[in-house]
Amino acid sequence: MSVNNLQIRTDGRLRHFLSTEGLNRGLLTEILDTAESFAGVAEQSVKKVPLLRGKTIVNLFFEASTRTRTTFELAAKRLSADVLNINIGASATVKGETLLDTLRNLQAMHVDMFVVRHADSGTAHFIARHVLPHVSVINAGDGRHAHPTQAMLDMFTIRREKGADFGRLSVAIVGDIANSRVARSQIHALNLLNTGDVRIIAPRTLIPSHIESLGVRVFHDLREGLRDADVVIMLRLQRERMKGVVLPSEHEYYQLYGLTEEKLSMAKPDITVMHPGPINRGVEMDSQVADGPRSVILQQVTYGIAVRMAVMSMAIQQKTPQDGDA
Amino acid sequence: MPKTSIKISGGRLIDPCNQIDGLFDLYVVDGRIAAIGTAPDGFSENIELDARGLVVTPGLIDLCARLREPGQEHKASIDSECKAAAAGGITTLCCPPDTNPVIDTPAVVELIRHRAQQAGAARVVTLGALTRGLRGEQLSEMAALQQAGCVGVSNALKPLTSTLIERRTFEYAATFGLTVFLHADDAALSANGCIHEGQLSTRLGLPGIPQAAETVAVARDLALIQQTGVRAHFCRLTTQPAVRMVARAQFDGVPVSADVAIPNLYLSELDTIEFGADYHFIPPLRTQEDREGLREGLLSGTLSALCSDHQPHEPDAKLAPFPATEPGASGVDSLLSLTLKLVEDRQTLLPAAIARVTSGPAKILNIPYGDLAVGRVADICIFDPHSSWRLDETSMNSQGKNTPFRGWEMPGRVRYTLRDGQIIFSSETS
Repeated sequence: MSVNNLQIRTDGRLRHFLSTEGLNRGLLTEILDTAESFAGVAEQSVKKVPLLRGKTIVNLFFEASTRTRTTFELAAKRLSADVLNINIGASATVKGETLLDTLRNLQAMHVDMFVVRHADSGTAHFIARHVLPHVSVINAGDGRHAHPTQAMLDMFTIRREKGADFGRLSVAIVGDIANSRVARSQIHALNLLNTGDVRIIAPRTLIPSHIESLGVRVFHDLREGLRDADVVIMLRLQRERMKGVVLPSEHEYYQLYGLTEEKLSMAKPDITVMHPGPINRGVEMDSQVADGPRSVILQQVTYGIAVRMAVMSMAIQQKTPQDGDA
Repeated sequence: MPKTSIKISGGRLIDPCNQIDGLFDLYVVDGRIAAIGTAPDGFSENIELDARGLVVTPGLIDLCARLREPGQEHKASIDSECKAAAAGGITTLCCPPDTNPVIDTPAVVELIRHRAQQAGAARVVTLGALTRGLRGEQLSEMAALQQAGCVGVSNALKPLTSTLIERRTFEYAATFGLTVFLHADDAALSANGCIHEGQLSTRLGLPGIPQAAETVAVARDLALIQQTGVRAHFCRLTTQPAVRMVARAQFDGVPVSADVAIPNLYLSELDTIEFGADYHFIPPLRTQEDREGLREGLLSGTLSALCSDHQPHEPDAKLAPFPATEPGASGVDSLLSLTLKLVEDRQTLLPAAIARVTSGPAKILNIPYGDLAVGRVADICIFDPHSSWRLDETSMNSQGKNTPFRGWEMPGRVRYTLRDGQIIFSSETS
């Protein structure tokens, strides 16, 4: 399937960051390397670099978000950009014309980048197709489609924990794959980075059709799926799904798919436990695991800022990212 | 009307219904076919149309065209679409009942007929609502709708609230010999979906419509068709298994027919890869296997008609994130050409292809058009099979320019369209 790639400039550099799908290993590695260079910035007493001084970044959120929006805002500020937060309630029905009009109005104010979150899959692509040539779009989550910066911060975390050779890793993703934009972006990123074994673990009601075509092995039994795994990523399960037609109860889900020390014993002893947060303790995993020595859940949040700084600095029209390395 | 006599001379006459395919002159007197081959006694033409090198067929019948009037005149009008249809060789359009107001009263039927007459182009026949307001709860006044001229009844894409109401609507329609036009869709299974559930829906994270949404409905509908004995037609099938189920039912003698929309013969779910809103259809584009199954169904005759499923939109309707865009494509401009393309692609022979857009839909609608028998009203399409054109916004006559076929080279160019023996389109004057 050929993809007319909106995301990459003719010279191969990042233009927009809409999805990990359609990118290449070189670009993903560049994001991780650039993020590595920014990770140090946060530890300095002055947490700013002047890379995007004079640039204007708009966080355009059509869906509620606290953590993602905050880390994007912090990332932009640490790059010395001016940041504008626009929250358009999820309840407000946003029609096409309104969305395009909103966009055009903001562009008229000489914006350089949009960070977009929207409940409809494909929104970031749609916006990227309609922005002016100098404007970049970063997808901060569109429907169930993609959440590429979350996936990249997870890749960053894995690389820090396990080293750069993804080829020898077994990574298991557990939970609501069907409704997860994070899982889709993770799967593409893991495969682009040549991960040896990508597994998903969930009951059939949470697995979308033809998922194997994305390059994963499917398991329905958590213990079996965790066998000798190096990394396990637990997905957030929306509570409302628990009482719907896809799952009978929290209790049964926890019994079957909740991560406990006992189930973790199937995996490699040094397994890394990840979660994009916020955690439903006692549903997706028990507190012992979440707060245990193998959990890197809080590091993920910290790394999120460096990764978003990397993506923003690479996508925005400017000098090559190497020039930006402090 | 003054007495007119038209001689259409030297063309290749194809009338699939009467198994005619050859070089014959065609004589039209007073709006009706007067003779084929030899002039009728005392014939002298006022008009002679030179059809040498051209193909002469019955005027096309499009089983489903949204004209957007009444209710959505910002998208198109009866006038604009009837004229666009005429330019595409179409002489009869069938309008489904999901207008606003819904076609559930004789007044709306009358309004549409009146506007179509004013347009003086393609004729419009209507399907009445199966339930009042298409709400799926209460029978519509079918006898009154039939008397007003509706050629069948349908609930369009709206669901019925229960299998009981479905049964009763079938029984009531059967009382008057009305055909029910069904969109096979299990509303609970397709809820919120905007693309085929499969590889692409998973990749793009778009809510999917499973194949079973169609097959479950076909199975249920077939059971009730057999129970009630109503004559039924499945509109716009999209899946291979559904075609097989209908073929089996036909074999068993169940009075059921089916059609397919043009886009489903040429496109598949894979075309949506870049969230292209022009590929947003309800029911959706399915898999490549389904597309092959539909082509086979068309060849074997299980699907006896091909329609444009014409849905013109204003540009804004497609300018939004994929799930928020309106489904459907504008199609009357390309119905003939994309039918001819099947012949070009060696899928079928010309007479068989023409049958699917003339006598096939005429039989489904039970209307006295779609063939060139002596005595029939003269609905005629004359086209140049060797000429082609490129589909784009300037070559489209429909007010809606939304199409997934933009840039395609289209075989066949309409020269003349006659309805009731009157020239409603001529490429010379357009």
